[in-house]
Amino acid sequence: MSVADPPASPEGRSKEAIDTVVIRFCGDSGDGMQLAGTQFTNVSAVFGNDVSTLPDFPAEIRAPIGTVAGVSGFQICFSSKDIFTPGDEVDTLVAMNPAALKSNVADLKRGGTLIVNEDAFEASNLKKAGYDHNPLDGDEELAAYRVHKVPMTRLTRDSVEGLGLSQSEADRSKNFFALGLVYWLYDRDSKPTEDWVQTKFAKKPEIAEANIRALKGGSNFGFSTEAFTVHYEVPPAQLAPGKYRKITGNEAVAMGLATAARLSNADVVFSGYPITPASDILHELSKFKHFGVTTFQAEDEIAAMSATCGAAFGGAMAVTASSGPGICLKGEAMGLGMITELPMVIIDVQRGGPSTGLPTKTEQSDLLLAMFGRNGESPLPIIAPQTPGDCFWAIQEAMRVAVEFMTPVVLLSDGYVANGAEPWMVPKASDIEPIKVDFLTAPNQDDEFHPYLRDERLVRPWARPGTPGLEHRVGGLEKKDGTGNVEYSPENHQHMSDTRARKIANVADFIPEQEIDGPESGELLVLSWGGTFGSCRTAVRQAQQDGRSVAHAHLRYLNPFPRNLESIIRSYKKVLIPELNLGQLSLIVRSTFLVDAVSFNKVQGKPFKVIEVFNKINDLLNS
Amino acid sequence: MSTLLPQLTAKDFASDQEIRWCPRCGDYSILAQMKKVLPELGIPREQFCFVSGIGCSSRFPYYMNTYGFHSIHGRAPAIASGVKLANPDLQVWVITGDGDALSIGGNHLMHAIRRNLDINIILFNNQIYGLTKGQYSPTSPLGSKTKSTPYGSVDNPLNPLSVAIGCEATFVARSVDVDTRHLAATLRRAANHKGTSFVEVYQDCNVFNSGAFFYASKKGQKENNIVYLEHGKPLIFGKERDKGIRLNAHGRPEVVELSGISEDDLLFHDEEADDPSLAFLLAQMRHPEFPEPLGVLRNVSRTVYDEAVRDQVSHARETLGEGDLEKLFNSGDTWVVEA
Repeated sequence: MSVADPPASPEGRSKEAIDTVVIRFCGDSGDGMQLAGTQFTNVSAVFGNDVSTLPDFPAEIRAPIGTVAGVSGFQICFSSKDIFTPGDEVDTLVAMNPAALKSNVADLKRGGTLIVNEDAFEASNLKKAGYDHNPLDGDEELAAYRVHKVPMTRLTRDSVEGLGLSQSEADRSKNFFALGLVYWLYDRDSKPTEDWVQTKFAKKPEIAEANIRALKGGSNFGFSTEAFTVHYEVPPAQLAPGKYRKITGNEAVAMGLATAARLSNADVVFSGYPITPASDILHELSKFKHFGVTTFQAEDEIAAMSATCGAAFGGAMAVTASSGPGICLKGEAMGLGMITELPMVIIDVQRGGPSTGLPTKTEQSDLLLAMFGRNGESPLPIIAPQTPGDCFWAIQEAMRVAVEFMTPVVLLSDGYVANGAEPWMVPKASDIEPIKVDFLTAPNQDDEFHPYLRDERLVRPWARPGTPGLEHRVGGLEKKDGTGNVEYSPENHQHMSDTRARKIANVADFIPEQEIDGPESGELLVLSWGGTFGSCRTAVRQAQQDGRSVAHAHLRYLNPFPRNLESIIRSYKKVLIPELNLGQLSLIVRSTFLVDAVSFNKVQGKPFKVIEVFNKINDLLNS
Repeated sequence: MSTLLPQLTAKDFASDQEIRWCPRCGDYSILAQMKKVLPELGIPREQFCFVSGIGCSSRFPYYMNTYGFHSIHGRAPAIASGVKLANPDLQVWVITGDGDALSIGGNHLMHAIRRNLDINIILFNNQIYGLTKGQYSPTSPLGSKTKSTPYGSVDNPLNPLSVAIGCEATFVARSVDVDTRHLAATLRRAANHKGTSFVEVYQDCNVFNSGAFFYASKKGQKENNIVYLEHGKPLIFGKERDKGIRLNAHGRPEVVELSGISEDDLLFHDEEADDPSLAFLLAQMRHPEFPEPLGVLRNVSRTVYDEAVRDQVSHARETLGEGDLEKLFNSGDTWVVEA
């Protein structure tokens, strides 16, 4: 097979322009599907499409090969329009083996394109996937789809022939073959991927060459095979003018912290313990030492949280990140951070729970944990980013609130936001407001230092150890306001509990008012938070286009609520709260405002589909 | 020592808080020696930070007029790690007990030691849970009858020094609360060691476990029950300094009378031995079979964690320059959407 570049458009076949396409690559965990999906995302983003992605991979690094448990998928929606989600239904499904086909074909649109590696559909793989027959045989089973059976394994081996690779090495390039074929189908420029391969495999030139040959082999196959009669063009999106890059939520968090460290007068100390899906934050940050970021891989979650308390006392902007089960372990030390009133951020990249649960899947079921998951009265501010790019701003906002109010702050990200990607308008560093850290430098009460002497917002000062004259002790025991000396009296405990709660309530005056999308009053308010932004915003907009009286308020601040939230809620006849849990925000809203809010819940490890929220909106409005 | 520093005294390190340990608690003596040693170190008061967990000993920071953090049970080494990473110029002391360090906080102790952070860990060992009023601890001898073990404890105790040496601690020492001169000297050496210093202090809980260490502290008993370690010197002990420790044919220690034996035949202490075997052997010498060693068992130099972390940061700054946010934001593939 030739490895020459194919001409841009084959003769005698058409090129159609469409606005939005959803592709899903799926295969065995070892098939390189995440890589293929990421590359497709990059080239589409660079091309100028709006993109939104949903990586979906198993918890096992290598589940038994060929089984349904081991299937790894990557979905990407790319569009010439402004989009908010990775799409409900798949237009083109690439399935590298029978297990991938079996577990994914239900999401393929009727009439959609199905590309399978037919070489993988042999007896043992079919058996491992639980098929008692070959679904590619006969015309009926997959009749609803445009099926392309491509012998990818063989064609990949042919493409790399002569490079002296073993068969297993050659087979590892078949994700690039599949990628090349899809690049041709959607008129993508493969250059960014070729450049990436050259850099990535600079030390293994024969592997780099194999991957590039497989990529071109796939493109050439699409070009020269009459089976693919049409290929498609998705023009660039009309995004707001500016410079863009692709970003995932975890990357954005790390970049936000580097920004905070660089622009403010305190360094960042990040302590973490590896846990899915938060580990990437630690990986990214460990590269940012020259921005003033120190990373500490602690011996466990408890140590990571304790070191965070220590670093905050030491005078750094202290941060830790984990996910649900890790946050449970951190609870005690979070309480210590709360009662000592030290500034720090705890990032919870929520995943499916309880216990170990669904480590690689998304959920929003830690809201009540963040609100109440500590002994005693220990309220903390909670902020939730709504998109991958928003994580950059949300983490800085969380740190700003922490430092302004001398309190731990919880950032509630989730697996969907953390691993998902979208185009992100590159900010100018000079436009970013630095986080201002005010360390006290001299005694604040006559000639003495009173570490718990408060300002009008009830915030105490921060004194960095090493400052002469401000020697003081903090601790987990109840303390007297002002001096901070241990004090157990009943009146004092009441006073301190009330004061700490009021201080957190005062954050409401610092954060912006809640915005709404849609009419300021009407039949229905959709109230959502965190990573469900895209599905809810899209569903509400669609309902609005149908003339429905519905508005959308998407919460970023969950504790305290924005000061105008109650009046917003009271401006609509009904309130719908869609959440990826069994009704946690709903519980808080109902008890806080005594409003009969309707819950709409899903705990399947997957984000909402737009259609699910859309249908629920219509159900409520019709009832 | 800088001549510009005001001459501090023990008084300068006393906080205004009333000390609430039981009368005659061994902790008083340790506190007094600490306040005596700190002014001798030539370090300004604001550069000291005491971190503790939970337990009687962990009240210690409240009584020191320095920076201090009385934290949560077992976590002091982890909290101290954070303090040191954020503020590496501080001299950080961890004050802990046998339950705090070896039971609930065992994991953190182990990892702080193996990292070799430049901190000083002082473990007050009284072989009992005092603050919770008298349950057996992980260092209580087998068979200890306590509130939670009325028929005697059935689990083997940990030897704090063996744990520290097993974690390859770079500085390991033992002292006794009321042996004031020795304790002060030991604390001084711990303070001056670069890396994690681990010091076990035999501390008498005169309420719940009185007399646990009288064999090592009382005049008339201790002379035959302890051996002071001195680097490069043979192990000699006894009221008349008439006994010594010798290695037998199997490489095991044995007590010998000095009459008729040359000093050269005795075991010589080498605290700087790279191999921790000798230190471990010494740690295993337990009362009543052997005199227990007091002093520095091990004192070696290894990479110090917080220094290595700082070196990586400065190296990154030197080779990559101060972090450039514009470059960071624009890294990877970018594209422009025209107006």
